[in-house]
Amino acid sequence: MSESSDGPLLEVADVRKTYGERVVLADVDLVVNPDDVVCLIGSSGSGKSTLLRCLNLLEDVDDGVIRFEGREISDPRVDRRAVRSRMGMVFQAYNLFPHLTVLENCTLAPRRVHGVSRSDAEARARALLEQFGLADQAAKHPDRLSGGQQQRAALVRALCTSPTLLLLDEITAALDPELVGEVLTIVRDLAEQGTTMVLATHEMSFARDVATTVCFLHEGRILEHGPPEQLLTDPREARTRQFLRRVLPPA
Amino acid sequence: MTQPPQAATAWEPSTRELERREIRRRLRLRSTLTATVAVVVVFVGVGVLVVTSPGWPRVHETFFNGHHARASLPGIWSAFWLNVKMFMVAEPLILVLALAIAIARGARSPWLVPVRLVAVVYTDLVRGIPTILLVLLFGFGMPSLQLQGVPNSPIFWATAALVVSYSAYVAEVFRSGIESIHPSQIASAEALGLGRGQTMRYVVVPQAVRRVVPPLLNDFVSLQKDTALASTIGVFEAVFVAQDYGNYNFNYTPYVVVALFFVALTIPLARFTDWLGRRYSERERAGAR
Repeated sequence: MSESSDGPLLEVADVRKTYGERVVLADVDLVVNPDDVVCLIGSSGSGKSTLLRCLNLLEDVDDGVIRFEGREISDPRVDRRAVRSRMGMVFQAYNLFPHLTVLENCTLAPRRVHGVSRSDAEARARALLEQFGLADQAAKHPDRLSGGQQQRAALVRALCTSPTLLLLDEITAALDPELVGEVLTIVRDLAEQGTTMVLATHEMSFARDVATTVCFLHEGRILEHGPPEQLLTDPREARTRQFLRRVLPPA
Repeated sequence: MTQPPQAATAWEPSTRELERREIRRRLRLRSTLTATVAVVVVFVGVGVLVVTSPGWPRVHETFFNGHHARASLPGIWSAFWLNVKMFMVAEPLILVLALAIAIARGARSPWLVPVRLVAVVYTDLVRGIPTILLVLLFGFGMPSLQLQGVPNSPIFWATAALVVSYSAYVAEVFRSGIESIHPSQIASAEALGLGRGQTMRYVVVPQAVRRVVPPLLNDFVSLQKDTALASTIGVFEAVFVAQDYGNYNFNYTPYVVVALFFVALTIPLARFTDWLGRRYSERERAGAR
């Protein structure tokens, strides 16, 4: 059923999410084609993280449809684990498992979910760690690494299963400016290699460089979206202008 | 594709959402049915196995006799109050003493090293002695000392033995809770200028206690049952009464009756602590997943 070559990889239509009385997402529409890098921007509480969590099925939507690789994944009968095994997610607070070494963090899902042999999983993890400059950290436990290293390790962990879609939830928000660079360089490389990504970010210059589409979220709605050169320089909505004035350095 | 900011119109679920709710309802119904069938099959199976066993009529007569249950009930009921009183008195003392021991073990001041040593020796020693031996030692040994101003009743010494024994176990439970609190919590408390004692009192211990409620309950339930050990030094509590009745009437039904009394006491307590734990986690980690 998955016809990922033609048609969008991910399609979100009229998605709504509420926590009790509070509407967190309303009428959210989004199309992600293969090789797209979609940046979600907006102030804290605008629904960026919730949207990512809905895409990953960590949260159930209250209305609307999410399609991934041509299949509706917002259906209650869908096998969540199968969906998640095709998506990678990286969290703001890294969420590495502290009781496992970096290498074990990276080989857990390939070995236990995807049934990859130990030696194959370790070979792939080591290759990726090497590529991300973490080769000599493989045997350490996560808490012994710097924040930037931990977040890079978390990215490797997400990539080890070769996901078709990568979700990144403000992955640089907990890092100091020096470390932000090393993580973003990697995401930029991934984008250039054609990794399809949806990411929530506060890094506007990064969004301008890497994104194919930027979506501005305000109070749970995608207020406007478009290519970064248009949206970040000449937004249609007053709200977007207001937000950008606050976050963009004066040109 | 992008909507203009719409006026807050009343939201109506789409047909797809209604369909999905229907599917969810069906899935829930199916899992409820599966659960019901599984429960019935397992329990009926076990029941049939027991009732059809060759010795069942004999067991039924000696352990589940209605007449003997009724006859022994008043005696057990009044004796059971003694068990309840014993653990009601012992439990608060155990909690206080155990927490004090746990905190003493974590003391870092050089002046408190003797206290720390006492705490370590106390837990090591007391936990190594079977509770029944402590009850016997206290019940028969202490009155022989003929101390002035101390009661000589076996109930008093049985309770004291339970307090001593359990406070050593519970102290270790508290200590594991205290040690499970992440060092960053202590760092941030000390960064605010709190002293070591204040850090313990306001930051570490409250979090530690919440974390160890389930094992604390475990020990509490265990304590309730160990009040029966008082019978070894002649306290006429519920188990002793049941034993007494059984010996005179050649029927063990009173044991089952006593067991039911203990069970009736522990189940509501377990549900209560579950509820308490859920309430804490809902309040403190809402949305954190």
